[in-house]
Amino acid sequence: MKKWLKLSLWIVLIVLVGIQFVPVQRNEIEPVTNADFIEHYESPVVIGNIIRASCYDCHSNQTKYPWYSNVQPIGFLLQNHISEGKSELNLSEFGLLSNRMKRTKLKSILSQIDNDKMPMPSYLFLHSEAKLDSLKKTLLVSYFDSILVDIDR
Amino acid sequence: MLVLILSVSLSLSLIACGNSNQNNQEETAKQHDHSAIPHEADHSMPTGSEMSMDENKSITDLIDDYLALKTALVQDDSKVAANAGQKLAEEASSIDVNTFEVSKQPEIKEILEVVKEHGEHIAKSEIAHQREHFEGMAKDFMDLLAITGTDRTLYQQYCPMYDKGKGGSWLSDSQEIKNPLFGSKMLTCGSVKETISMK
Repeated sequence: MKKWLKLSLWIVLIVLVGIQFVPVQRNEIEPVTNADFIEHYESPVVIGNIIRASCYDCHSNQTKYPWYSNVQPIGFLLQNHISEGKSELNLSEFGLLSNRMKRTKLKSILSQIDNDKMPMPSYLFLHSEAKLDSLKKTLLVSYFDSILVDIDR
Repeated sequence: MLVLILSVSLSLSLIACGNSNQNNQEETAKQHDHSAIPHEADHSMPTGSEMSMDENKSITDLIDDYLALKTALVQDDSKVAANAGQKLAEEASSIDVNTFEVSKQPEIKEILEVVKEHGEHIAKSEIAHQREHFEGMAKDFMDLLAITGTDRTLYQQYCPMYDKGKGGSWLSDSQEIKNPLFGSKMLTCGSVKETISMK
């Protein structure tokens, strides 16, 4: 019995070490283009900084990876998360969308922020700097609102 | 037998051509219903007959899916709404934009992309979120019907209380108000804003 336990612990260890060498594709496509949301709308610096800090890790082509993303299987999980986030909304390519789609995405963004659904609590747990306090939230909501109005015009 | 099939398909295509041509000829069609349709059809028969059939059918299916979704939301049935959203998304992506007039294609394509997006979200969300997406789609649907025409009379209805007083719209095939944005909570909030009639 003890022998079995020892053996299985070894196997787990070997697998854990082994997967550290599996390459993970990283979401760090450079450079930033004109289609990038902040570039496209020439967002004020304050706004741009909030959007970058709170949204860009999962909704752009420029993720700022934490050190533990190099530890597997955490890195795999993060990558999954990021591809999911980008398939819903990729701010790096926002400028390429039709006006109709921009409007749709903006309404979703507003509703998610307004209802505190985004940034996700699990993300905020390790990224306190991404948290939207009530001031940042108000700033972002009125900014996104103003862009929505401009598109409708 | 062959004669029967031919005559059925011919008459179907006549109807279809008549529909698509009536956009410009609405007045004529109203006054000379019987003479106008076959006459119009003669022009476009060789190239256009099958095309407008497909076009009409796909938009008809899309409206059906939208109305099924609306009914599910009126009944507060999130599960049925999710299925309807899925169906709507599939229908929107299966429509071949090339069957429409070239000049109309870009906008129709954009609208269908947005409808697909809304449908996909409705398929995987809880009811409040489903309603947000359903409301978000009303304007796009109206724009689409303004371009393609509709096979039935629809009513744009509006409830000013939705979304903390910002208001919300939807389309219905009946004048009677059954509010899909509130469901049983406020079933009768709303009024008819516009009638979208058959072309």
